[in-house]
Amino acid sequence: MTAAVIQSYHMAVRDLRAFVRQPFYLAATLIQPVIWLLLFGKLFAPLMEDTHTTDSYIGFLTPGVIAMTALFASGWSGMVFVVEMEQGTLNRFLVTPVRRGALITGRLIQQALSVVLQGLIILVIALATGARFPGGVLIMLVFLACVALIAVAFASLSNALGLVTRSQESVISIAQFLVLPLAFLSSTFVPRRLMPDWMSTIAGGNPVNWLVEIGRQTLDDHVDWSFVLTHGAGLLAVALVCAWLSTLAFRVYQKQA
Amino acid sequence: MSGENLAIEVSDLAKTYPNGVCALDGVTFSVPSGTVFGLLGPNGAGKSTTVKILTTLTRPDSGTARVAGCDVLSDPAQVRRHIGCVAQSSGVDPAATGRENLVLQGRLYGLGGGGLREHVDGLLERFGLSDVAGRLVKTYSGGMRRKLDVAMGLVHQPRVLFLDEPTTGLDPEARAELWREIAAMAATGITVVLTTHYLEEADELAGTLAILDQGKVVAHGTPESLKKALHGDSVQVLLNEPPEETAARNALSNVEGVHDIVVSGREIGARVDAGADNAPALLSALESAGLRVASVTLSAPTLDEVYLRHAGRTFRSVQEGHIR
Ligand SMILES: Nc1ncnc2c1ncn2[C@@H]1O[C@H](COP(=O)(O)OP(=O)(O)O)[C@@H](O)[C@H]1O
Ligand SMILES: [Mg+2]
Repeated sequence: MTAAVIQSYHMAVRDLRAFVRQPFYLAATLIQPVIWLLLFGKLFAPLMEDTHTTDSYIGFLTPGVIAMTALFASGWSGMVFVVEMEQGTLNRFLVTPVRRGALITGRLIQQALSVVLQGLIILVIALATGARFPGGVLIMLVFLACVALIAVAFASLSNALGLVTRSQESVISIAQFLVLPLAFLSSTFVPRRLMPDWMSTIAGGNPVNWLVEIGRQTLDDHVDWSFVLTHGAGLLAVALVCAWLSTLAFRVYQKQA
Repeated sequence: MSGENLAIEVSDLAKTYPNGVCALDGVTFSVPSGTVFGLLGPNGAGKSTTVKILTTLTRPDSGTARVAGCDVLSDPAQVRRHIGCVAQSSGVDPAATGRENLVLQGRLYGLGGGGLREHVDGLLERFGLSDVAGRLVKTYSGGMRRKLDVAMGLVHQPRVLFLDEPTTGLDPEARAELWREIAAMAATGITVVLTTHYLEEADELAGTLAILDQGKVVAHGTPESLKKALHGDSVQVLLNEPPEETAARNALSNVEGVHDIVVSGREIGARVDAGADNAPALLSALESAGLRVASVTLSAPTLDEVYLRHAGRTFRSVQEGHIR
């Protein structure tokens, strides 16, 4: 067990190093959320005037934009496995005694940390454009932890897909295919009470919606902690199940080798 | 045929890939500890598949294999502790530096601290990579990458090192350097399994070798014994004019130690036991039959001829067929 933890740490350090060596990549992943916040936020603010609890639509959008950015980034995670397969790096690790689980968790740790970093940067941009989060620091930290959980879940699915299909195209297409529907079937852009009933029902079971609604609590001076805890626990369960699935995918990979 | 002194025992390995390609069709061989073993064969013979099974990257459909005394199927974790592997496609991480690659590799074997640092420094020095150790690997030349690859295979001082076509794609200078390094490794007692499609490489480095063709071992032994088994040196005689084939054959059939006569155009090829001693008799037999000799070449048997004998075609023809 301790060996697996130490190995996960070393694998995560490797991935984080590669991540910080590409500041350009980090900047590129932030372009989209900035556009969402500034353009989308300004464009729809008049339409949304009466619908939200705070006085800024940008503030309302921020949790959803952070969530979407995390989904997009982690949805690509499986690409790295496909590239490593093609490079031979993955086999190089697999001939060592490294725990297979450590190869997965190392990457998940890196994904979780980098989406939290992205989330913090988006938060700073939102604050700079006038958004306010009266819920306080604690709920903000809980929200960011939940962002990390959804990134773990998504990165796990993406990793599993990369390992099983061994194709960059299928990782890309599934990432694109899943993220937007999940975002629109949640209260990312509009509150649930404005949705058609069927859509609101689906949103109730959508983990992305749980995340966004936990994030919305940061806008309220009265945080509904029982909602936060139950839905946070739900996100944790989803993340664990997905992570477990991705270790199974490793076995499939080795069978096909 | 088991025991302490065998680093590898492979028995009747078979593997068919999910796409229906039969890569191995009953492969058996063994490798004594502390020797360099060559797995020689043309592209597609099944060399990499054999290495993947022995390094626990994939499983055979049937057959057994033991590496460093451990069974690859029932105890892969133990096998992994004892082996180093340099795959055909490089396994280095281009986005990390040379030193980071080596240190991570060591860490995955549970090494760490000052001992690992010193050992990594030693390897960088030994492979002439000290000056570039802090550079990202994506800036390395092919030769430098390969050397890093080999150094990574050695980081935990494995008992058995697999090198899958280590010199393919290297320029002659880098190849010669790697040959020296492999020969030096063998002297330290490590067992080296080297796959190659270069006959010269197997001849130069391997203590024993198996020739693999279409998923089967067609010959197994030391390069010398395999060549000896061909019985004699090869003689090529070029005549002034194309001979009458039966006349030529008749002239040679009574000469002692001459066999495998092939007549084509102006050329006569044959194998001659103790070539240097018996070739003069062969020449005078031709002369007295009225066949005028323009030139003669006598050559020791080569692995190419061993392959020709066992696989029924020359190595180069197979290789070219693949490149086409
Ligand atoms: N992963 C794979 N899936 C399907 N076929 C494969 C795979 N790897 C190798 N093969 C096929 O198996 C045969 C043996 O390949 P390989 O072991 O790589 O030979 P070598 O290393 O001697 O060139 C070839 O016909 C090759 O095309
Ligand atoms: Mg090969």
